[in-house]
Order: sequence, then structure tokens, then C-alpha cells
Amino acid sequence: MNTATVYPAEAPRSLKARILGSPSAGPLLVLFGFCVIFALTNPRFLATHNLSIILQQTVVIGALAIGQTLVILTAGIDLAVGAICVLGTIVAGKLANLGYDPVLSMGIAVLICTAAGFAAGGLVSGLRLPPFIVTLGILGILTAALRLISEGGAFPVRDPFLAWTGNTMKLGGFVLTYGVLIMFILYASVWYLLNQTKWGRHVYAIGNNVEAARLVGIPVRRHLLSVYVLAGLIYGIAAWLALGRIPNADPNAMQSANLDSITAVVIGGTSLFGGRGGLVGTLIGALIVGVLRNGLTLAGIDPLWQDLITGILVIIAVALDQLSRRRR
Amino acid sequence: MPAGSRIEEPSARVVLEARNVVKTYGHVTALDGVDFELRAGEILAVVGDNGAGKSTLIKTLTGAVRPTSGEILLDGVPVHFKGPLDARHAGIETVYQDLAVAPALDIAANLFLGRELRAPGLLGSLFRRLDKKGMREEARRAMGELKFRLPAIDNPVESLSGGQRQGVAVARAALFARRLVIMDEPTAALGVRETGQVLQLIRSIRDRGLPVVLISHNMPNVFDLADRIHIMRLGRRAAVVTPKTHSMNDVVAIMTGAATA
Repeated sequence: MNTATVYPAEAPRSLKARILGSPSAGPLLVLFGFCVIFALTNPRFLATHNLSIILQQTVVIGALAIGQTLVILTAGIDLAVGAICVLGTIVAGKLANLGYDPVLSMGIAVLICTAAGFAAGGLVSGLRLPPFIVTLGILGILTAALRLISEGGAFPVRDPFLAWTGNTMKLGGFVLTYGVLIMFILYASVWYLLNQTKWGRHVYAIGNNVEAARLVGIPVRRHLLSVYVLAGLIYGIAAWLALGRIPNADPNAMQSANLDSITAVVIGGTSLFGGRGGLVGTLIGALIVGVLRNGLTLAGIDPLWQDLITGILVIIAVALDQLSRRRR
Repeated sequence: MPAGSRIEEPSARVVLEARNVVKTYGHVTALDGVDFELRAGEILAVVGDNGAGKSTLIKTLTGAVRPTSGEILLDGVPVHFKGPLDARHAGIETVYQDLAVAPALDIAANLFLGRELRAPGLLGSLFRRLDKKGMREEARRAMGELKFRLPAIDNPVESLSGGQRQGVAVARAALFARRLVIMDEPTAALGVRETGQVLQLIRSIRDRGLPVVLISHNMPNVFDLADRIHIMRLGRRAAVVTPKTHSMNDVVAIMTGAATA
């Protein structure tokens, strides 16, 4: 064997190749396509205040989709995203309305959401139940329990701290809410965890090949548990963002959170089979969902049609994932 | 001296030894007082019919199974592995038949899976940042040293052939093993050409000084690679022979009990 050819030197990939070869290229193109269509059909779509509204409307789903991404990367799925987030808004709202310190109320709410994640993760990793069933069960339990606690009705949350994430600040000519800022900070921090730390690498390894992960000594169960706990924490923070959007605790809210968050993740290029994808795609996916709902609303289309179109989108995205999987 | 056990180089240091190891499952005796000896710098093949106790023996050596009685010594010191992680901490790495790689992760990430390096300084200690560059460089160096042909180190493992993928798993074991590598049917899932690549890799590992235990059903491979052959029969060591002194037919005869060494 000629030792000189044993190890080929690597040429650094060009920027163009990196962008085209990036798994986010497709989703970015879809986002761009929708923007062009809506901009052409409605001149108001591109107005700065509308773009700022799209961001604000994306905040809650965007944050929930971060947790959903983590769970899906481990080859799981979380059907309790919306329910856990609503749990957070109701706990925080109830406590604050009862006169407890608002910071404490929100803290307890976030903690309870984290505990819900812990429960889901415990059942998935400890009893090895399918994530689909565990989170479906939690969805059912929470939906019923929340209606019981709040006696069926929604109630307003007037505390300024709980609604703080809806306050605005100016960035250039652009109006941003603190909630938007918090969402981006969440994306950046969890992106760092996923891409720059051992923890994140092990999330991918578990989703890719659980057996291999176990064989190289990764504590798979503990790691899975940590994923669900972090997801729960993020859903809790999303509850704060939700109260900033609409200062109202409503047990019947977020009915489409499962559909929207899963759509965001899958359109963003993360595989439902686990181990592939990431948060850059999810952020783009969440923006696609946000742009779509906003654009259709501007066009005066009934929200039911929005769900219908989102449903079609998620199926197309999963079909593409399945096809690319067969080619591997 | 009989032409059976302990033929050449009786002076080579014994790295891993099992003495009179018994393993019973209820009434079933899987290992019936087996002895085992791996010497420095050799490839020792372990062969035997199905049910002869090969895999139970290997599992006791890698800590996956605890022996009912008997002793295991690593570099002359008795060891009691409570699990595979203990064996790994003691410097024993194992490669399995099924490809134990994460296909979507790149070659470097797979080589360091479970043993990632952290960046130096605050970035590593406080922010827990991975040293991706360091791991890539180290991976490149290791693969070069093992003379194993691979595409660029930042390619996902799924873009590799089956032989190259198993090569990554074997190289990972070689990279981290301090004492020895155990390979349990490493080429069983591979085609002929791919098997050749992996066998070559196993040879380079031995040549770098790491002793290798190779469990295999494939006699031509065993005779091609092994310095000595440990033959299991009915839960015991029937004989240890070398490819120089015995033919494949001799080994099969000892395995089946038709002949003794």
C-alpha cells in the first residue's frame, strides 16, 4: 500500500457548497417561497409592523418547537407540548391572581412544567414506554385536569410581570417584544448545547443508534430523562412567553400546538426517526408556520383552512424525510 | 512437550489470563473450568462449535457476565469486573459484530463517541465546549497510523461502506484500548473485500503492540491472522495450537472432539 495516499488531505468546503449542502437549504427556500407569494398577493405582508407581528406570533410555537426538536432527535415525539405549556400559564395565573409574588408564581409554574417533563422522561426512560403513548396520556390527563382546576373557563392574568414578555422595545425601525428576544436566546443556548457539547452529541448518538450509544458507555436512560426535563423547562418558559402574547390563562388554548410544533420541527428538516436535524432548521420551520398563518390571515382565510394547510405541509415534509431515508 | 498448549514463546508476558473459570446458569454449565491466556503482542483466535462456551468466555472477560467461580487476571493482577464499563476502565475494549456506529455523525465524532475531548481553558471547563478540531486532528493521526483508508474525517459514517464503518468501530477500540482489544465476530456482517480491509486493520493494531482476542467462525480468516488458536469444546479449553503446526482440518477435528491436540 502506498502510504502517501493513505490519508487524503481535505480541501475546506466553499461557502457556496456549504450553503447548498446544508440541510437547512430546503426549508430556507420554502420560507422564501411563501414570503414571495404572500408579498406579491398582499402589499401589507412585507410592512415592518407585519414582520414584527409574525415574529411575535411565532414566539410560543418557536419556543415549544425547541423542546419538540430535542425529543424528536432522540427518536421520540412529544404530544404534550401544548398541554404542559397551558399548565404553566394556568398555574402562574392562578397563583398570581391569588396574590402570590408574581416572580415566585412564574418560577413555580416553570418548575411544575419541568416536573411534567421529568414525569414523561421517567416513564419513557425508566419503564421504556413509547414516547408517543406517554405524552398522549399526559395530554389527556392535563387537558381534563386543567379544565377541572379552572372550572372550565379562561381567566385574565393582569400581573405586569407575567405579561412582561409582551412588552416592546425598538431595534432600529423594528418593534420587538422581550418575548421574541427570549425565544432567540433560547434558540442560541440550546443550539450551543446540541452542537458544541458532549450532551448534545450524545442526544444525536442516542437518536441515531441507541445500541451503539449504550455500547460506547453513554448512560442512555439518564440522558433521555435529561432531554425530557430540559424540554419541560423550555415549555415552562414558553408559558411565560404565551402570557406575554395573550394575558389570559385558558385551559382550551393551544389546541394546535402539537400540529404546529411538530410541523415546525419536521419542515425544518429534523427526521422523525431521530438523530438527524437540528435547531437552525426548526427556527426556519417555526417561521414557515408563522408566515403561513399570518399570510393566510391577511388574505382573510378561515383559521380552519390554516390547520388544513399545515396538516398537508407536515405530511409532505415527513414523506420527503422517508424518501431520503430510503435512499440512504 | 505435547504439540498442544504452550508451544512457542512461553516467555512472552501474559496480559489477560483466566484460571479455572466456571459459569453455570441453573443446571446448565456454560463454562466448565476454562483456562485462557492472552500474551503480549499476539492475535489469539478463539474458536469453537456453537454452545462450546466461546461467547460466555468472552463475556466473562469483558465483564458482561460474572463467573460463578475462578479467577481472571489482568497483567497478573486479579480483577473482578462488575460490568462492561469496568473492563473498559481497565483498558479492555470490545468490538461487536453489528456495526456499533452512529451513522449520521461524522467519522471523528464516532471515533470519540462517549469519550469526547473538551476544549482547553474556560471554554471547556466552564462552557463545556467540545474540542472538535482537536478530535478531528487526533482522529486523522490515528487513522493514518493504522494505515486505514477513509474519506475525509468530517464525512458522516453513513457515507462509508460496511467495511469502512466497521473499520471505524475497530479503530475506536484500538484508539482507546490500553491493554487489549476483544473482537467478537467483527467481520460476520461484511463481504469478502470488506472483510479484507478489516483484517488488515486488525493486523496493524497487533503490529502497534496491542494484543487482540479474535472470536471468529471463519477458519480461513483465523488461519490468516492468528498467532495462536484457542479451541473451546464443551465449556473448556480443548487445546491451544498455532496455524504453523496444525491444519484447519486438525482444528475442526479438535473442536468436534474427533481428535485431541
